[in-house]
Amino acid sequence: MRNKDSILRKPAVQSLLTSLLCILLGLLVGFVVLLIINPAGAGEAIMDIIKNFLNYSKPATRLKNMGNTLVKTAPLLMCSLSVLFAYKVGLFNIGAAGQYVAGAGACIYCAVGLGWSWLPCMIMAVLAGALVGALSGALKAYRNVNEVISCIMLNWISLYLVNTILSQVKNPTSPYTYEITKKVVMENGAMTTVAHPGAVLPQLGINGLFNNNKYVGLAIPLAILLAVGIWVLLTKTKLGYELRATGLNMYAAKYCGMQDRSNIVLTMAIAGGLAGIGAAMLYLTGFEEWSCTQSSVPAMGFNGIAAAFLGGLHPLGAIFSSFFIQHITDGGAQLNKQVYPSEISNLISSLIIYFCGFVLFFKLTLTKWLNGRNEKKNAAKGGSAK
Amino acid sequence: MTDFMNSLGFILYVTLAYTTPLLYAALGSCFSEVSGVVNIGIEGMMTAGAFTGTCVAYFTGNPWMGFLCGGLAGAFLGLLHALAAVRLGADQTITGAAITMLGISTATIICKVLFSSTETIPLSVKQKIPKLFMGVFEPTTVFGRFMDYVFATYASTYLVFILTLVVWFVFYKTRFGLRLRACGEHPQACETLGINVISMRFLCVVISGFFSGLGGACVTMAISTQFRPISIVGQGFIAIAAVIFGKFRPQGALLGCLLFGFCSGLKVVLGASSGVNMQLLSMIPYVVTVLILVLFVGKSHVPSANGKPYIKAK
Repeated sequence: MRNKDSILRKPAVQSLLTSLLCILLGLLVGFVVLLIINPAGAGEAIMDIIKNFLNYSKPATRLKNMGNTLVKTAPLLMCSLSVLFAYKVGLFNIGAAGQYVAGAGACIYCAVGLGWSWLPCMIMAVLAGALVGALSGALKAYRNVNEVISCIMLNWISLYLVNTILSQVKNPTSPYTYEITKKVVMENGAMTTVAHPGAVLPQLGINGLFNNNKYVGLAIPLAILLAVGIWVLLTKTKLGYELRATGLNMYAAKYCGMQDRSNIVLTMAIAGGLAGIGAAMLYLTGFEEWSCTQSSVPAMGFNGIAAAFLGGLHPLGAIFSSFFIQHITDGGAQLNKQVYPSEISNLISSLIIYFCGFVLFFKLTLTKWLNGRNEKKNAAKGGSAK
Repeated sequence: MTDFMNSLGFILYVTLAYTTPLLYAALGSCFSEVSGVVNIGIEGMMTAGAFTGTCVAYFTGNPWMGFLCGGLAGAFLGLLHALAAVRLGADQTITGAAITMLGISTATIICKVLFSSTETIPLSVKQKIPKLFMGVFEPTTVFGRFMDYVFATYASTYLVFILTLVVWFVFYKTRFGLRLRACGEHPQACETLGINVISMRFLCVVISGFFSGLGGACVTMAISTQFRPISIVGQGFIAIAAVIFGKFRPQGALLGCLLFGFCSGLKVVLGASSGVNMQLLSMIPYVVTVLILVLFVGKSHVPSANGKPYIKAK
């Protein structure tokens, strides 16, 4: 019995348990909401959300849709890494959404407007995201501006700026930009497009695994590699140690000779770069185009917050939690729109974040319960606790 | 001269209209932040209030009923925030962010269920918050029209200025206010004097939700006539910025809100009159917020215990 106790006391096991509990509670409340809206189909609806691509009976369609979910998981993973990386350094990066928008603007403009190939487009996306992130970091470090407020303001500023810039590569017949496979050229003073496949991320043959889903490619392995990279950076390098020390106690870090201010700027720049590359991972596949009239910041960055906390703030945990969040978001789109709004998945994500706030409370309760059980057992045996 | 008076009157009118919701939310934010709880859920509370307000006013036909229910919807989210952040010692920023997302997604879901659309059905004039002093001033003279623009405005605007005075009085002239401020500065010291810090903070967060809900209701029931997904977009966060700008005092928040209200008003006035790119005009309030924070926040005094969960010693 002692053995079982020690497993439950391990921090990793506790994190996993609390994350599962958060998911369970989130789904439960989501189910109750579905029941209130329409009790008849609620059970089926919640299963649709949980099953997502498994709803399709044909294996080929299943694989293709699983590919679609994975395509959107890669940018979500990047946004969640962005949030958790900053959080480890004591900063709450609610600006991942805006950095993601900046990245999207940069890569789409470079690809469609300037006709660059995918690698420089991706680099520009990283730089644009990093710039927006670094701006929040610098405001925090040098002007003592709360990063939450500056990030949110920059979210809106980035959105309107990107809308303006991308209007130049907009398809005149729709609110969307031209497809990523095209390039804008001027011909006799009028704007037309020519084919430009070079901006699309290479597929590396991975698309073959998903029933030739043409959007699946480099982004997915790259996202996982970057997650591992962030884990190594945070836990195995001097820089990661310094950044975490700055996050834990800025004054102590400064006393030890660490550059607290430039560390904050650097952290936000890295976080911004991660969100920026996330945008490149989505928009450079051609999976969707940018709508130049959108009036709200894409939800990707905010879902990144949910994924980061659900993954126990661990880069490797984020891989699984991002997939889960994207899975239920896509599942929400499967619902019968006449009866249930697809925003149910957003509600479930936000409930999951809310319950993640209770992690400390859950862990304390669990430990207390374990202690109590031990004491009882020892009292019964008449022995003392080891 | 006539044109100038007319434009000035119109700008003042728009400024006051846009200041009102911000000021309600900012007063709410003051309560929460001064008692030591960071509340970035204001945005979600405003959205909940905006939707509930119009919805109730539409179905009951009574604007004041709608206004009150908008406040209560915000207070309910405040309750959730307080439960997590004050009672259970959760990270205040995380739960605040969750509350924001929760408010927005719940409002959209209920709106879709009730109205089969992301927008509510526009309110009629009778269902909107009434304007005071309508027809008191002669719009035929220049001065009369100016007065008509500035003073014949929504009752909610008059109410918020009275409320600001009341909040100031409560904060600085009552025992409750003294205790509230002490909870944000040194909760341990409060506890030794027999003040229940947890209940105090709990109450303040719920009040902040109530005020934010009222602010949200003003947006959809006075400035506009319906709830839309873009009704609130960022106003809750701008209100928080106004509070930081106002050094966490209600009278300072008033100045901050007037400034941001003016910027939002400018957007409307310029957008209506000139061919300037609307996307760029929309950026004005946010850019000004950042600039103001850069210039003023360095000297701001933040309540010392702000953002730190208070866990009672055994």
